[in-house]
Amino acid sequence: MSDWTLFEVFVRSKHGLNHKHVGSVHAADAAMALENARELYTRRSEGVSIWVVPSAAITASSPDEKEPLFDPSDDKVYRHATFYDLPKEVGHM
Amino acid sequence: MYAQLVDTGAKRLKTLEEMSPEERAFQEKIDAEIKIEPKNWMPEGYRRTLIRQISQHAHSEIVGMLPEKNWLTRAPNFKRKLQLLAKIQDEGGHGLYLYSAMETLGADRDEEVAKLHSGEVKYSSIFNYPALSWADMGTIGWLVDGAAIVNQVVLQRTSYGPYSRAMIRICKEESFHQRQGYQILLHMMQNGTDEQKAMVQDSINRFWWPAMMMFGPHDSDSPNSAQSMAWKIKRMSNDDLRQRFIDQTVPQLEFLGCTAPDPELKWNETRGHYDFGEIDWTEFYDVVKGNGPCNRDRLRTRRKAIEEGTWVREAASAYAAKQKQKNAAA
Amino acid sequence: MNQNQALFEYLLRLGDSDMILGQRLCEWVGNAPALEEEMAIGNVALDLIGQARSWLTLAAEVASAAELEAAGRSADDLAFTRDERAYRNLLIVEQANGNFADTMARQYLFDVWHYHLLSALSGSADERVAAIAAKGLKEVTYHLRRSSAWIKRLGDGTEESHARMQDAIDEIWTYSGEMFIADEVDNLLAVAGIGADLNRLRSLWQADVQALLAEATLNCPSMDEYMQRGSKQGLHTEQLGFLLAEMQFLPRAYPGASW
Repeated sequence: MSDWTLFEVFVRSKHGLNHKHVGSVHAADAAMALENARELYTRRSEGVSIWVVPSAAITASSPDEKEPLFDPSDDKVYRHATFYDLPKEVGHM
Repeated sequence: MYAQLVDTGAKRLKTLEEMSPEERAFQEKIDAEIKIEPKNWMPEGYRRTLIRQISQHAHSEIVGMLPEKNWLTRAPNFKRKLQLLAKIQDEGGHGLYLYSAMETLGADRDEEVAKLHSGEVKYSSIFNYPALSWADMGTIGWLVDGAAIVNQVVLQRTSYGPYSRAMIRICKEESFHQRQGYQILLHMMQNGTDEQKAMVQDSINRFWWPAMMMFGPHDSDSPNSAQSMAWKIKRMSNDDLRQRFIDQTVPQLEFLGCTAPDPELKWNETRGHYDFGEIDWTEFYDVVKGNGPCNRDRLRTRRKAIEEGTWVREAASAYAAKQKQKNAAA
Repeated sequence: MNQNQALFEYLLRLGDSDMILGQRLCEWVGNAPALEEEMAIGNVALDLIGQARSWLTLAAEVASAAELEAAGRSADDLAFTRDERAYRNLLIVEQANGNFADTMARQYLFDVWHYHLLSALSGSADERVAAIAAKGLKEVTYHLRRSSAWIKRLGDGTEESHARMQDAIDEIWTYSGEMFIADEVDNLLAVAGIGADLNRLRSLWQADVQALLAEATLNCPSMDEYMQRGSKQGLHTEQLGFLLAEMQFLPRAYPGASW
């Protein structure tokens, strides 16, 4: 199977939710990868939609860069709604 | 267990002081129960041991399909046939989840499967025992899956993220396997003829000790356990897992109205556990070395499937390449 | 023959073909050319055996309600104790698995037929038949998609796979004609709007198969070649007896036992 490609599989479990990474499959092409993913990852009606992506096509952030990439957003509390106190009288916003 | 003898390459634990800064940071993360993810730095020994352990676990799922397949085509009615097929198919799926987790460590599935076929890497010794009667489908589900579940529940907390997530998914799906097996036996014991009841007892007699062996050698004979525990690849010792399994299994055995082929099996009030007899370790090592009743057959079947399928896989690749070319030209 | 007798017979044919093909696919477990393929074959087998159970459960109901000879027998009795001469599956599904191309040729030719049959039966005047067919049709739509893909891959793959696929089609072809031979049962139920019109099925099947085999660079044998027949009278090939001996072993070795 060495020349079958490794594909990463993403399944959307319900309408309205994001696709979520669930694992990988081997397949000769994308169409087969979709079928194989369906057989493997949705045996218990776990999905309404599947994406497959060749693993080699994914660029991932490096864990070494976790601090420069993600820490700067930690102190930007003003991006979150809870940062803004409003008088009760204003009601729900 | 499904991975019984995994060599970590380390006979002694390093202290934090002996570790390089990277190793120390790694160990501290593990001690803090932070999951290790594929691209994180990890010691080579950790990576190698995990590949070994996950691949053995995966191989066991795949080879484990074979004893049950032996009765799939002879299942006695619609209900049992559908249940058994769904269970066997889950096992194939679980093998694939595990290979998928293993591949995140940079291992190649085909290379690891080749190691299985050459005998270099093992699978669980339990699958080298033959399935000789329909009752074995019950016993395998109850005892063999039951033993596997005891181990896998603990492994949901293993330190490597993809392995842990595969275990969580597998445990969720496997919850029906053990019940399926137990129900087969219970139905025969409660509604069966004398012949069927004898079939159940015979099956338990044959599988009892091999199931106990699934947890591997005594802790005192497991030189690699300390490192695996420190890395949290393993989360409970062989003997502790075995005791937990026996404690939960004996009441189920009694409810069936069957006995275990172990005269020393009895409740120990002081310990709060069941005492049990000594495993025949000579048999265990013989089976691990390849001399079980079915070792040769199991490997032959798996090798043959992959060898005879070569032209099919090649055809699929050739077709995919042609289509790609056609689409590029269009 | 009254309508209930015809319906009972018709349901046996539907159930038996699903059951026997499902049993054949079970034989692939542990032997498939790729692990991913194990999963797929298992899913198809589960679907088919599930459909067989639905058809034979309805057959048992019809037999009991109309007090036919088989009254009082369950779906399990029908599947696991009827002998070869009483089995009504198509000859094509009992043929041995052979290599993967043989299995796929058998599967594809059956799937095309099964798809058009269940499409027709989804509109059956008998609501029970229509309901089982409509549920099965969703599954079979997928079976067909999958077997079609394999015919193309193997037909237009390598030289070796092309040769094997062509051999497989040529070999199984003689068992395909039987799918369209109507007898008294078919005619009676077609007129009543319960069963499918096999002539119409034949032309739909022919068009699909010719188009796909051409796309797969395979030669499509003629529909006018000599075709084997006999399953509607319980006249099978020598393959079926062994399959049943295995499948029915437990209920026959332990009569009356409950599992």
